Amino acid sequence: MDLHARHFQDELEQLKARLLEMGGLAEDRVRSAVRALVAGDRAAIERVLSGDGPVNHLHVEIDDRCFKLLALQQPMAVDLRAIVSAVKINTDLERVADLAVNIAETAARYLTHPPVKELIDVPRMADIAQGMLRDALDAYVRRDVQLAQAVLDRDDELDALKTKVFRDLLVHMLRDQATVEPSLDLILISRHLERIGDHATNVAEDVIFMVSAKDVRHHAAEE
Amino acid sequence: MNTSPAIVIREANLWYGGNQALHDISMDIPEKQVTALIGPSGCGKSTLLRCLNRMNDLIDDVRTTGSFLVHGQDIYAPAADVIDVRRRVGMVFQKSNPLPKSIYENVVYGLRVAGIRDRAVLDAACERALTAAALWNEVKDRLATNGLSLSGGQQQRLCIARAIAIEPGIILMDEPCSALDPIATLKIEELIYELKSQYTIVIVTHNLQQAARVSDRTAFFWLGRLIEYSRTAELFTNPTEKHTEDYITGRFG
Repeated sequence: MDLHARHFQDELEQLKARLLEMGGLAEDRVRSAVRALVAGDRAAIERVLSGDGPVNHLHVEIDDRCFKLLALQQPMAVDLRAIVSAVKINTDLERVADLAVNIAETAARYLTHPPVKELIDVPRMADIAQGMLRDALDAYVRRDVQLAQAVLDRDDELDALKTKVFRDLLVHMLRDQATVEPSLDLILISRHLERIGDHATNVAEDVIFMVSAKDVRHHAAEE
Repeated sequence: MNTSPAIVIREANLWYGGNQALHDISMDIPEKQVTALIGPSGCGKSTLLRCLNRMNDLIDDVRTTGSFLVHGQDIYAPAADVIDVRRRVGMVFQKSNPLPKSIYENVVYGLRVAGIRDRAVLDAACERALTAAALWNEVKDRLATNGLSLSGGQQQRLCIARAIAIEPGIILMDEPCSALDPIATLKIEELIYELKSQYTIVIVTHNLQQAARVSDRTAFFWLGRLIEYSRTAELFTNPTEKHTEDYITGRFG
């Protein structure tokens, strides 16, 4: 017989599945918000704005599962780290979903102005942020430290794009005052996307902690 | 709950001589679930457990009032047959107590007492009970060896096999793991989890973590009274009584 109680392992698997579902929903909302922005689709924006229910529901449910597992199963070692990580990842994913709402809100305002420029870097940022999130969750499921590390490494790419978006839009704003408001909205959106990357980074750090018990946050890895 | 409870206890009181050990206990124990009885030493949890198959009959000067219904039948009714009660409500004790007989004879002991002689029936019952007790694979090639030659954890599982061989419906466990190491304990806990699909289990344990891990419902006793009885997840995360909270958080006394 496996030394770990099987029903506890079943519970852990269920927790993992719910967390993945949460991640999928959060990622999907980011994708929808950015697509709606690029397509100028107000109805799709509305759907993002009003569609927070399932994520919020899962947020509460996952915390409750973790809480009960900690109280009733007294997990140790890797199991303990898995549950504590799940609590933190859950919070990050909920924030990602909130940021999708923020993107949708900003996009709704942006669309009331004539477009400043063709959107290239913002969708690219969205792709990278979603990819980071997806990989971080894959790393969680597969307990893959290398994949988690790769997520951390991609954060710089996102930061660089955010700076580029800012510089490009600064040029527009200096040239034409009418573009100030929509430009600021795009800068805000790029910032939201950069924040999503930060949350994916947090998830990846939690995965590394869960698997290897190493705390790599705040550049501890460089020491 | 959609099924009727396996055990219904109403206004139960028990005295050892002039000393009242149980005060007005009423509780429903659900069918095919694990119910844990917890509380400090002397709180009455083992006394209550022993009431459920009339083990207290063996102690002089015990007086019991109130009713104990097992599957609807009052086990203290004048017409109740104590042997029949114990056939329907099995017991596993703190210290494993195999008989000084072979593994096989230990398992089929209850059936032999009940007069079953058919070898094929006994063989089938033996394999079924040992399998259910997660011991079959470890002992199937040495059924003739003495039960006392097994390890502590195996002996306890042998006792569980003996208890379930007569298909009791309800199994009482009085600190079944307190003499076992963590690995043997985990095996018993897994077994409890498996058995509840077929049996109603009532377990007395001093180990709060064990109660939390294995049970569906938990009852907390203190000074012979039932202080709180609720779903285990509820009781261990958000008890309603201060005494319960003090006990499970280790702030007691």
